[in-house]
Amino acid sequence: MDWQLVLAILPQVVIDGLVLGFMYALIALGYTMVYGVLELINFAHSEIFMVGGFVGVEILLSLQSHGWLGRINPFVALILIVLAGMVVAGLLAVAVERIAYRPLRSAPRLIPLISAIGVSFFLQDAVRLTESLWRNAFYLTYPSFAVLNRRIELGQSIDFSVKSIVVIAASLAMLVALQFLVKRTRLGRAIRAVAEDQPTASLMGVNVNRIIALTFLIGGAMGGAAGVLFGVQYNTINPFTGFIPGIKAFTAAVLGGIGNIPGAMVGGLVLGLLEAFAASYLSLFTGGAFGAEYKDIFAFSILILILIFRPRGLLGEVVRERA
Amino acid sequence: MRLHPVRSLLVLALAVGVALLPSASPLEAQGKGTIKIATQSPLSGELAALGEGIKLGAQLAIEKMKGPLEKAGYKIELVPFDDQAKPDVGVANAKNINADKDILVVVGHLNSGVAIPSSEVYKEASLAMISPANTNPTITDRLLPNVYRVCGRDDVQGAVAARFAKENLKAKSVYLVHNKNQYGQGIAEFFQEWAKKNGMTVTGFEGTEERANFDPILTPIKAKNPDVIFFGGEYPQAAPLFRQAREKGIKSQFMGPDGVDSTELLKLGGDAVVGMHFTTVAGSVKEYPKAREFAEAYKKKFGKDPEPFAAQSYDATAIGLKAIEAALKGSPGKTPSREAVAKAVRGVKHAGITGNVNFDEKGDPKIATYLIYQVAKDWKDNKLVKQLDIPTPAAPKKS
Repeated sequence: MDWQLVLAILPQVVIDGLVLGFMYALIALGYTMVYGVLELINFAHSEIFMVGGFVGVEILLSLQSHGWLGRINPFVALILIVLAGMVVAGLLAVAVERIAYRPLRSAPRLIPLISAIGVSFFLQDAVRLTESLWRNAFYLTYPSFAVLNRRIELGQSIDFSVKSIVVIAASLAMLVALQFLVKRTRLGRAIRAVAEDQPTASLMGVNVNRIIALTFLIGGAMGGAAGVLFGVQYNTINPFTGFIPGIKAFTAAVLGGIGNIPGAMVGGLVLGLLEAFAASYLSLFTGGAFGAEYKDIFAFSILILILIFRPRGLLGEVVRERA
Repeated sequence: MRLHPVRSLLVLALAVGVALLPSASPLEAQGKGTIKIATQSPLSGELAALGEGIKLGAQLAIEKMKGPLEKAGYKIELVPFDDQAKPDVGVANAKNINADKDILVVVGHLNSGVAIPSSEVYKEASLAMISPANTNPTITDRLLPNVYRVCGRDDVQGAVAARFAKENLKAKSVYLVHNKNQYGQGIAEFFQEWAKKNGMTVTGFEGTEERANFDPILTPIKAKNPDVIFFGGEYPQAAPLFRQAREKGIKSQFMGPDGVDSTELLKLGGDAVVGMHFTTVAGSVKEYPKAREFAEAYKKKFGKDPEPFAAQSYDATAIGLKAIEAALKGSPGKTPSREAVAKAVRGVKHAGITGNVNFDEKGDPKIATYLIYQVAKDWKDNKLVKQLDIPTPAAPKKS
C-alpha cells in the first residue's frame, strides 16, 4: 500500500469530512429539535433544506442577470443569500407545521409521519414545476466566486479552498448561537420545558403552540442555511437534492441521540468524517476491490455497531416516559 | 346534470367528425387499418432533452416518408412512450407496446441500461427495435433476431477515446470514473482495456452515483495527478464532477463519451468543461452534408436545433418504414406480421442522412462513424477534432 499517498491526502480528507459533517449537523438540528418537542420525524425537512438551496441560487442568478453580481463583495452576497435562505426556509417550515402537522397533533403518531412524507413529495414537485416554468430547467448551478474558489496552500500537498473554510466557520457560528439560545435564554428554557412535558409547560404559562412554531422556525432556518451552503460548496442543486443529505442528517441525529442538540452536531461530524474517510480510502486500502461507492455501506455498518452498543446514540440520555 | 349539454355537444361533434372523416381523407376509404411506429425515450427527467429529440426525429421521418404506405392504404401513426431513462418503466412500456398489435416497429431507446431489458420483452413478440443511440455492445451481442442499431458501439468508442488520449493528448496516465450503469461502466471498462494494453497507467477506476458532492472521489485523484480524467456517464454528473475538480485545483485534461454530448454540459459545467474532449457516435448535424435539409426542417417545425441522436432517430425510423414496405411486398393485401418486419430490417440498405446503413448478422451497422469533439465557449462552436469510420467488430464466439 502507498502510505505516502495515504498521508498526503489526509488533511484534505479531514477538511472534506468536516465540511460535510457540519452540513449534516445543521440539517440534523431540524430533525432533532422537532423530535424533541413533538416526537415527530419531520421527513419534509430534507425539502426545507432543498428550498433553502433554491432561494440562494435564485437570488444569485437574478443578481447575475442584472449584472450586479460582479459589483458586490462576494462575502456580502454570501451573507445575504444565507440569511434569505434561512428566512424563507424557516417560514416555510412554520407553514408546513401549521398546515400539515398541527391539525393532526392529537392523531396517532404515524398519521403526521405520513403527512410529512406527503409534504415532502409536494415540495419536491412544487419546486420542480415552478423552476421548469420559470427557468425551463430545474438543475441549477450556483454562479461561482473567484475569491471563494481561491485555494490556500499550506506546504506542498495541503491546500484547501476559502469556500470550505467559510462553510465550516458559518456552520460553527450557527451551532454555537443555537446552543446559547437553547441553554441560556428564557426562550430556550421554554423550548426545553415544552420538550420535557407539554401539559405542564402550558400550565406554567408557556404558549405551547408558539414554542412549537418557533422550533420549526429555528430548525427550518438552520436547514435553509445548510441548503445555501450546500449549493455554494457543491455548485449544483435540483429539486431532489434534499433526499440523500436529509436521510444522512436524520441518521446523524439518531447517532447523536435524537432530541439532543449537541448530539446532532456530534452525530453529523462523525457521519461526515466517516463518509469522507471511507470514500477516499476504501479503494486504497482494499487495493481497488471496494471503491468509493461502498462508502455508505462502510459508514452505516459502523453506525449499526455504535448503535448496538449505545442504542440511545452517542450523547443520548435515557428516554423519559411521557405521561 | 349541468354537464349534460356539454356532453351532448361532444357526442354531436364526434358524430359529425366520424361522418366527415372518410370524405376528408379519401385514402382512408380503402382503409386497411393503421400501422404504428412507437418511440421509447426519456421525455421527462434530466435526459428529456435528448429523449425529446428522438421522438421529434421519428415524427419528422414519418411525416416525410409515409407516402408509399399511405398509398397502400394504411394510416401511419407515431406513438411516443416515455421510458424516463428507467429500466423498469421501459419494460412496463414495452409490455404495453407488445399488446398494441398495430405497432410494428419500435425506435428507441436512449439508454442502453433501459434498452437491454426492454428488448427482451420485444423479442417475445418478435417486434423489431431499431436503436438510434444505444452504444453498449450487449445490445446486439445477444444476437437477438429483432434488435438493430444505427450507431456505433462502446467497445470501439472506448478504444477510440483511449487512443486519442494517448496519441493526441500525449497522456501517460488516466483516472477513470463511471456512473455504475451498464453504459457508463461499460465504456470506462473498454477505455481501461485499451489503455492497459497500450502502456498507459490507469491510476484509478471508480464508480459513483453521487450527483453533488464529488470531494471524496477527487481527493485521491488530485494526489495521483493523472494526465487525463475520463468520466463514463452522462452530463448531469459529468458537469459538477469536472467543475469541482477544477475548483479543487486539479489540472488534468477531461474526457467523456457521447453521454456528455449536450449543451447542458456547458451550462452546468461552465469554464471547467471548456477545452475538454468527448467522443461520440452521433456527430452534430453540420458534420453530415445530407442532414442539412433535415436540420432546417426540424428547426422550422419544432423551433429548435436538433439534439444529438435526433438525426439518427430520423434514419432509424426511415429504416423501419422501409422494412414495413418490404414486408408488405412479401405478403400483398394484408398487414405484415411483426416477425416479417423484424426480418425485413436486416435486408434494408439505407442511404441515410447520417451515413449509409446496412446491417451485419448481429444487427450492427457494418461500418460506423466515431467522432471526437473539443468543447468551445459556445456549444455551437465545438470543434470536430477527428472523424473515423471504423468497421464493427465481429460477433462474439458463442459459448
